[in-house]
Amino acid sequence: MAITPNPYKTTGLLGWIDDRFPLTKLWKDHLSEYYAPKNFNFWYFFGSLALLVLVNQLLTGIWLVMHYKPDAAKAWDSVEYIMRDVPWGNVLRYLHSTGASAFFIVVYLHMFRGILYGSHRKPRELIWLFGCLIFLCLMAEAFCGYVLPWGNMSYWGAQVIINLFGTIPVVGHDLVIWIQGDYIPSDATLNRLFSLHVIALPFVLVGLVVAHLIALHEVGSNNPDGVEIKKHKDPQTGIPLDGIPFHPYYTVKDLVGVGVFLIIFLGIVFFAPDGGGYFLEKPNFTPANALSTPPHITPAWYFGSFYAMLRATPSFAGTQIWGVLVMFGAVILLFLLPWLDRSPVKSIRYKGPIFKVALALFAVSFVLLNYYGMQPPSVVGKLVSQICTILYYLFFLAMPFYSRIDKTKPVPERVTYAH
Amino acid sequence: MNQQGVDSGRRRFLTLTTSVVGGAGVVAATVPFLASWKPSERAKALGAPVEVDISEVQPGQLIVVAWRGKPTWVLRRTPDMLASLKKVDPYLLDPESKQDQQPNYIKGETRSIKPDYLVLIGVCTHLGCSPGFRPEHPAPEIDPHWQGGFYCPCHGSKFDLSGRVFKGVPAPLNLVVPPYHFDGEMKVVVGEDPKGAA
Repeated sequence: MAITPNPYKTTGLLGWIDDRFPLTKLWKDHLSEYYAPKNFNFWYFFGSLALLVLVNQLLTGIWLVMHYKPDAAKAWDSVEYIMRDVPWGNVLRYLHSTGASAFFIVVYLHMFRGILYGSHRKPRELIWLFGCLIFLCLMAEAFCGYVLPWGNMSYWGAQVIINLFGTIPVVGHDLVIWIQGDYIPSDATLNRLFSLHVIALPFVLVGLVVAHLIALHEVGSNNPDGVEIKKHKDPQTGIPLDGIPFHPYYTVKDLVGVGVFLIIFLGIVFFAPDGGGYFLEKPNFTPANALSTPPHITPAWYFGSFYAMLRATPSFAGTQIWGVLVMFGAVILLFLLPWLDRSPVKSIRYKGPIFKVALALFAVSFVLLNYYGMQPPSVVGKLVSQICTILYYLFFLAMPFYSRIDKTKPVPERVTYAH
Repeated sequence: MNQQGVDSGRRRFLTLTTSVVGGAGVVAATVPFLASWKPSERAKALGAPVEVDISEVQPGQLIVVAWRGKPTWVLRRTPDMLASLKKVDPYLLDPESKQDQQPNYIKGETRSIKPDYLVLIGVCTHLGCSPGFRPEHPAPEIDPHWQGGFYCPCHGSKFDLSGRVFKGVPAPLNLVVPPYHFDGEMKVVVGEDPKGAA
């Protein structure tokens, strides 16, 4: 039976494959003929860096599981075994633990880029939603992974996070026991978090990343001017006039970003793997002890701002669920962003002073919340956290109003690009 | 069989019934997956009552035992400690223990069967950290009205020497008193009500 020849006229082995599998088509659609705006700047490094860190986490994770034992009696010792006895084990573990923090750094910057240039606006709402789901999945993945060394901070961190579900009225108490599979976080809990961390959540995460990229390549990348490059195409070729092929132009550019990133990242891995007590907390250098809470409990730094919101919300009507709702609400608000922004322009370059002030306040609030989330409870910290929580919420909830009345500048037809 | 026309009523009926039966099957199939997360028989067996020997506990001393893996405190209170309970009443959220945080045979400000011996689950009612025992007073760094009690390091919740929660802290409820009874003078059984009590 004759085969329909592929339209790329490839021959030899590649031709044989292309007749049966769209290899050349995939290469062209996503790399050599994916046209990205030519005016990408510094902020556009973080998407490809997130992909790089994901690969690092998958690779080092697979190798760590070769030595780790998901057993409450053995987990701690197996991590120490990796650190002391497994050849290069300490480097594998530090790559993974530092990678977790790096993941959140690049993802936070990547999300901030989206807000800066309106990358969540029509027609890119689904890219943004997939991105928010990736963030949510990443938080779950990070939490599960954090518990696995079964240090004392792992243990009490698990206790606090799982107890968040205990604040749900009526079913909360039973729900906590169901999640833990015991009356306290125990071997059963460790085992199921291990399963989620190495199987279920990575599957979901990779799937969402693929969906994120498919959606991006369907509508095309946004850019710092927030204009659509597909509006002005070469009449002969149909290629956007302001577009350049992702490969080789942006692959080469991203390689420079990768180089700089790796210098910093590996510098931390080799010379300061505990990140000053923020990437690997000191209480986690002692084994889990169900009878003794560390004197100063904090979550990993990347949850600091959400944790500060939890602490800043007082209990009310005999329940502490409000803090939990405020904390989860802060993540849910991100999902709504594409529909909250009513500005006629996308990019901050053409937005007015109200948005610039609002964004600055939002960024400062987020950083302050993160800081106070890491500090022991204090009166000042609580007050600042309360103010910052309100500012964080206002940035989103007041956006439909201030983005509409804000004075905007005229948007150029084509991207601005200084040679 | 009628080859010409399609009996769409019959087709709709079959689609609907197949979907309902198939849907019920899918729901039923989730049971083993969800139910497998419940505590195993082994975990339930380990949740049995524990006996605590209190013959060596000195006045003012707190001992920690594990019941169902949770830190469980037995505090032998001094007369001074018992006298302090009244003094903090105005600063407490629920001084009379009206919320259901103790068995019904535990009453009053001492929240105990014998006033000298306080038995509590040492788990903060906020998010489950274990508060520290801070008998020293005054302790203005904890609270201006501190008469000794329990202070949670995680989020700053404060409890008096009966485990009653202070006002204006994250924890909304008093610490839990577990079911327990005395077996003779020098033994406490945690996890089991006294005989005759509900």
